[in-house]
Amino acid sequence: MIQLEQVTKTYPKASRPSLDNVSVSIEKGEFVFFIGPSGSGKSTIIKMLLHEVTPNKGRIIVNGKDVTSMRSWKRPAFRRSIGCVFQDFRLLPNRTAYENVAFALEVIGKTKAVARRVVPEVLELVGLGGKEHRYPHELSGGEQQRVAVARAFVNRPLILLADEPTGNLDPDTSIEIMRLLDRINRTGTTVVMVTHDSNIVNQMRRRVVEIESGRIVRDQARGVYG
Amino acid sequence: MRMKYVLSEVLVGLWRNVTMTIAMIITMAVSLFMLGGSGLLYQKVGDMKDLYYENVEVSIFLQTDVNEQQRTDLDAKLKGDPLVKEVTYVDKAEAYNRFKQMYADAPDLVNAVKPDQLPESFRLKLKNPEQYKNIYDQYKDSEGVDEIVDQSKLLDKVFGVLTGIQNFALAIAIVMAIAALLLVANTIQVAAYSKRREVAVMKLVGASNWFIQAPFVLEAVVAGLFGSILGLVALIGVKLVAGGGSLAALEGLITPISWSEILLTFPLMAAVGGLVSAITAWVTLRFYLRV
Repeated sequence: MIQLEQVTKTYPKASRPSLDNVSVSIEKGEFVFFIGPSGSGKSTIIKMLLHEVTPNKGRIIVNGKDVTSMRSWKRPAFRRSIGCVFQDFRLLPNRTAYENVAFALEVIGKTKAVARRVVPEVLELVGLGGKEHRYPHELSGGEQQRVAVARAFVNRPLILLADEPTGNLDPDTSIEIMRLLDRINRTGTTVVMVTHDSNIVNQMRRRVVEIESGRIVRDQARGVYG
Repeated sequence: MRMKYVLSEVLVGLWRNVTMTIAMIITMAVSLFMLGGSGLLYQKVGDMKDLYYENVEVSIFLQTDVNEQQRTDLDAKLKGDPLVKEVTYVDKAEAYNRFKQMYADAPDLVNAVKPDQLPESFRLKLKNPEQYKNIYDQYKDSEGVDEIVDQSKLLDKVFGVLTGIQNFALAIAIVMAIAALLLVANTIQVAAYSKRREVAVMKLVGASNWFIQAPFVLEAVVAGLFGSILGLVALIGVKLVAGGGSLAALEGLITPISWSEILLTFPLMAAVGGLVSAITAWVTLRFYLRV
């Protein structure tokens, strides 16, 4: 599903590479944690998988497509097959939960009728049934992140990327979000999550890839936060 | 649905930043008005040149004591000259008739002049009025020739003034266009900033580039079109004022500008206004949104 082949990325003006000759292979339906200290390069991986950053060397293959050589005009279509969740939720403050999710559908050309059918369903799935018409500021942090997950998942993407999705949440709420991601993973969606929340990694017991100074130092099935 | 979304975004965008929108439209209007005016003037000057130069003559005045032989020689030479299209001989009687006509308002002057005092002349139409100099060099020393006068010299001065006005209008049009361009760029940046969250989400979920950019570009285009309409209104206003009086004197000199000519400049103004706005907006977005 996702292959990084000897990927090296050095940002301009940086003294050392963010990622140094990294190779990882992720199968369809896997749940993978990327862990490591701040600045270790784990967020760069997410950006590369989104085709936001291109590597200097190496190849990245996502869902059978070579992202490295992808033309930028193909990026929009490519992103429709990937859902993404961030630490800061990135919801539109002047739109309700329903509208936030519907917006993501409408801007890629889905009709309002499709939105009316699909959005309540996905909001129900993430546990926000009955809160469709709340605005983000009327929702708790955990609920806002659920809206973000709903928005990321509403297109039924093959891959869900999560960049520190629990970074702004308390431990209990974090666990709830993890249960949600786990449920999404069980539908067959590949989940790649960047985190440095050791509790979560230890509880989930999924594959752990640890990165330090741009290099993979550990790749362990059913791992723990070292 | 998507078209409706884009259009409503355009209107909301224009309204959200309404002072900027008005500034953009006004500068655009002044620029396009000047451009349209300069275009019309260019066209007029062309028309007038055709009209006046068609009738322009080079006059070769003969000395009063010219003899028959000299006159026939000159006549034959002129008729054989490849530069000359047409030669008319004006004798003393004909010259006097013309003189009487020209000064019909001043009978005293007419009475004071006898037909005998007026010089005979050859009136030449040249194949190309600009070759006056050759004719002048060739005939100025011929026997019996007193003076060679080229009417087009006078016209050149008039057209010099008109071309000056036209260039001035064009210069203002360009300066205002630069101002309009910067305003468009600024407006688009402000609009893109105020919608940065939406844009970020759209990029994230894979909205197509045209869909992200279209509302911004159309916003600029709509402002450009409004500007061109306002510019057209200004041109119509000038035509009305000119027809009404204060510029009527000028109308005698310049061939009148017809309504259809004014209306025909509109497509030019609209195209320039729309295209300049669209390209500016698009280029700004490429830098600003990096889509």
